[in-house]
Amino acid sequence: MIVTASQTIGPFWHPLADPALADLTRLGGTGEPIELHGQVFDGSGAPITDACVEIWQATPAAPFVGWGRCATDAHGGFAFRTFAPDADAPYLAVAILARGLVKPLWTRVYFADIDDALLAQLPPARRATLLAQPRWRWDIRLQGDGETVFLDF
Amino acid sequence: MTAYRPFPPGSQPPYAVASYGSTALRAPRQPLVAIDPTIERLGPPLLQLPAHADLSRAAGGEALGERILVAGRVTDEAERPVAHAMIELWQANAAGRYHHERDIHDAPLDPHFHGAGRVFTDADGRYRFVTIKPGAYPWRNHANAWRPNHIHFSLFGASWGARLVTQMYFPGDPLLAIDPIYQSVPDAAARARLVAAFDLALTQPEWALGYRFDIVLRGLHATPMEHAP
Repeated sequence: MIVTASQTIGPFWHPLADPALADLTRLGGTGEPIELHGQVFDGSGAPITDACVEIWQATPAAPFVGWGRCATDAHGGFAFRTFAPDADAPYLAVAILARGLVKPLWTRVYFADIDDALLAQLPPARRATLLAQPRWRWDIRLQGDGETVFLDF
Repeated sequence: MTAYRPFPPGSQPPYAVASYGSTALRAPRQPLVAIDPTIERLGPPLLQLPAHADLSRAAGGEALGERILVAGRVTDEAERPVAHAMIELWQANAAGRYHHERDIHDAPLDPHFHGAGRVFTDADGRYRFVTIKPGAYPWRNHANAWRPNHIHFSLFGASWGARLVTQMYFPGDPLLAIDPIYQSVPDAAARARLVAAFDLALTQPEWALGYRFDIVLRGLHATPMEHAP
């Protein structure tokens, strides 16, 4: 069987946009609380105001649930509150969905410049697009100058 | 070792779709970077969110429109059922208008239709919900552009990489042939799988028409072990 084709989430997906889902600490858990925020930009540098940003992290352990979702605001902004992932994999998996994206853009955001298989294959300028700046700012550029590294797996 | 299988050529849309204007400034220009997934092969676990499987009524009354039942099965490429998967649903009302502040289409809102639902597959991957058939609506992508009738689906499978957002269409819709979003999938057979099947057996007499829509998510599959030298 062949995987069902992806289609865009469109501009009217906000019934799914419960603001509580951007606070991953709401269900409890232990660890260092962190806030990750940034903006999403298109190829003209304009903020994307209708995007869905989702994150997934495998640690820390339950009862923490490492999935979150945030709708971008009128400035293209998003903000998550979560616990820092464990130091052996100090990054989050990220998916960006929006009108004009017929399938998700997959990426990662790192909280430390570690020597892992992904970062090691990137030249410095591209590598920098995946590194959040303390404490903790990370912008996502879908296209053009400073384009974020997007992944295939 | 397990891994995701590559998508067969043409079975998924490209990011840049010339006929779909909103992709022009949103499709990346740099090539994707291939990785061996790490945390992408894991979770997320099932969220404890409430189910809402009847979209056909709200605020104490029944929505206007053609009542339909939609049911199907969620599996992976190996036809293994995806049990307890969360499916989020949203759609326009029968007049083609979303219950959304940014939808400015000149069509009536229906106070008895909010157009959002959430269901979970059972142990065999089966799901079912009740709604009304959504209307077509204009969307300004090009002159006289209208989206075909569709229901949005968002699915969470057994791993992050299985995440899928798609749209279910209806058989016989004349707008499918000229819809840039539907047509963004290059392979005709892959497109056809986005169209639900009318199912008389699922149809409930004197109550609702039945449509069947099966969905396949990415799964993790064993990869052959490489022989040590």
